[in-house]
Amino acid sequence: MAKMMYRDAVVTTIAEEMERDANVVVLGEDVVGGMGTAGGPEAIGGIWSTSTGLFGKFGKDRVIDTPISESAIVGAANGLALAGKRPVAELMFADFIGVSLDQLWNQMGKFRYMFGGKTKCPAVIRMAYGAGYNAAAQHSQAVHQILTGMPGLKVVMPSTPADVKGLLRQAIRDDDPVIFLEHKALYGMTGEVPDDPDFTIPFGHARLARAGEDVTIVSSGLLLGFCEQAADRLAADGIGCDVIDLRTASPLDEEAILDSVEVTGRLVVVDEAPPRCGLAADICSLVANKAFASLKAPPQAVTPPHTPVPFARELESAYLPSVDKIEAAVRKLMAWR
Amino acid sequence: MQLSREALLGAYRQMKVIREFEERLHTEIQTGEIAGFTHLYCGQEAVAVGVCEHLDTSDKIVSTHRGHGHCLAKGCDLDGMMKEIWGSREGLCKGKGGSMHIADVDQGMLGANGIVGGGAPIAVGAALAAKLDGAGKVSIAFSGDGACNQGTTFEAMNMAVVTQAPCIFVFENNHYSEHTGVDYAVGTQKDIASRAEAFGMKVWRADGTDFFAVHDTMREVLDYVRAGNGPAAVEFDTERFFGHFEGDPQRYRGPGEIDRLRATRDCLSKFRDSVTAAKLLDGADLDAVDAEVMNAIEAAVTAARAAERPTADDVLADVYIAY
Ligand SMILES: Cc1ncc(C[n+]2csc(CCOP(=O)(O)OP(=O)(O)O)c2C)c(N)n1
Repeated sequence: MAKMMYRDAVVTTIAEEMERDANVVVLGEDVVGGMGTAGGPEAIGGIWSTSTGLFGKFGKDRVIDTPISESAIVGAANGLALAGKRPVAELMFADFIGVSLDQLWNQMGKFRYMFGGKTKCPAVIRMAYGAGYNAAAQHSQAVHQILTGMPGLKVVMPSTPADVKGLLRQAIRDDDPVIFLEHKALYGMTGEVPDDPDFTIPFGHARLARAGEDVTIVSSGLLLGFCEQAADRLAADGIGCDVIDLRTASPLDEEAILDSVEVTGRLVVVDEAPPRCGLAADICSLVANKAFASLKAPPQAVTPPHTPVPFARELESAYLPSVDKIEAAVRKLMAWR
Repeated sequence: MQLSREALLGAYRQMKVIREFEERLHTEIQTGEIAGFTHLYCGQEAVAVGVCEHLDTSDKIVSTHRGHGHCLAKGCDLDGMMKEIWGSREGLCKGKGGSMHIADVDQGMLGANGIVGGGAPIAVGAALAAKLDGAGKVSIAFSGDGACNQGTTFEAMNMAVVTQAPCIFVFENNHYSEHTGVDYAVGTQKDIASRAEAFGMKVWRADGTDFFAVHDTMREVLDYVRAGNGPAAVEFDTERFFGHFEGDPQRYRGPGEIDRLRATRDCLSKFRDSVTAAKLLDGADLDAVDAEVMNAIEAAVTAARAAERPTADDVLADVYIAY
């Protein structure tokens, strides 16, 4: 085991997979950084430092710095993948999917199905998402809600450096298109990471981050840590929480959620996307349908309000779910009837 | 350059306001009081002012992530902008938008934009509205050299030509998109105007660090577009003096590059030199403007610091349906 940062887990995994498989290529805006400037290539190495050093090691044919053209970036990833390569494309900010939506929605996710199962599209689209930086409405969104709603796409949301390693390696080796969502507020997080060069985490397998008998809390990404803090506080009062880190929004580990709710009888889903038609509503409906008899109280969702992400510090912190709000939701369930 | 003394002083004041607004933001940001991403326009003032001097409030503009200069030049309130960047509920957008999303529709300023390439299609729509209104009004899309690589920009240009929308695409080529050089990212050998030309538009090119070149070129462009000849494009060669965003270490710049640009390509010094050499204004006239602008900026910062902060309840304001 080595200690490393979430962002370093991204770049080392890509480098290891590029080493292992010559078909893996990287593309995106400023993934080299400094192209066509006095400072020269690798003056930057990606705005999140998640591609630093790749250009020097693998050269310009495998590390492709692109113009600001998201539609062409995702489209080119599609073409590369259909032609036998394993592209790992970066969209700087998840919010920019808007520009490339057709290539994500009508192309990438549909090839395998439309072409009668004879085609694979092993593309990974990585993107930094989420609030916490006062970057306002067009640079702060949690977009998994939209992408999870698209049949054909796998959607991954790691919340620890180890999960980045295992899930990103899995994504690159996966034969289907994978959306890999990195939370910007987690890039600096440090954690133990397995050294095994073949360490992968299969999709659709949630992780139990805390164990308890009273309430099931389901989350992922940045908010998973908030849920753990809330669970620690509640444990001091003798309230035990199962905290489930989903890891992947699609496929969804239904079994892990249902098994836990069958024991606890109480569910809180904590999600960073807006409340309507999202992951929280989806999981509440799953539990209402399949574990109704176990429920001791109605499932609760803790999400931001149905608004764009605001700019000012006070507004953004009021917008994001907090440890306090998660704790309050659990206590509300404990006090039910 | 047949501008009156008042017009010259006004243009200089406008450029100086933008310059000092940004220099001050650059200093204030280091204190940690200002949140979020801030992209400074410093160095490009002659473009915003040289373009907007010809417009009134019913002409529209759309801006970019580097929008402070366009906003100020188009008449957005200085104090309201400072308060917005400070995240106050008294800000132009009530603290919801911040630096990247300042707008003031009443001034014909249809928004800065956090999405590169987001603006040009909106400008085409505003131009089509102007055409319907038939009053000879125009709309301007400001785009960077990086934004000209976005499909949205291509689509907007073609649609403007097809619909004969009175839209002017103003390309500010400051040679960088984030940390990438225009020579690398723009396939037409760093010329953007020739792309617009290929879409069927009449195009102009001028030195964007020379206020008079910008101003005179825009007069021609506007005469042409207001006369009903359809869209047009203009490429201004300009410079940005700060990093892409505040905090950018600028490792992509050459040694001494910024000092050299500040010494040779500063639109404000160039303006000063040319009007004093031509004896249109003297140093004292300009110094008086400088002093007045410094006071206005100081007052705006003081007001922004003291302005009311938003509260949690404000999160739900101005959304059509709240859950
Ligand atoms: C759709 C989209 N892609 C990428 C970005 C990130 N980004 C913000 S500004 C910028 C560079 C823009 O360059 P240019 O158009 O030349 O404008 P300049 O920064 O030089 O003013 C990039 C890549 C974005 N905001 N939106």
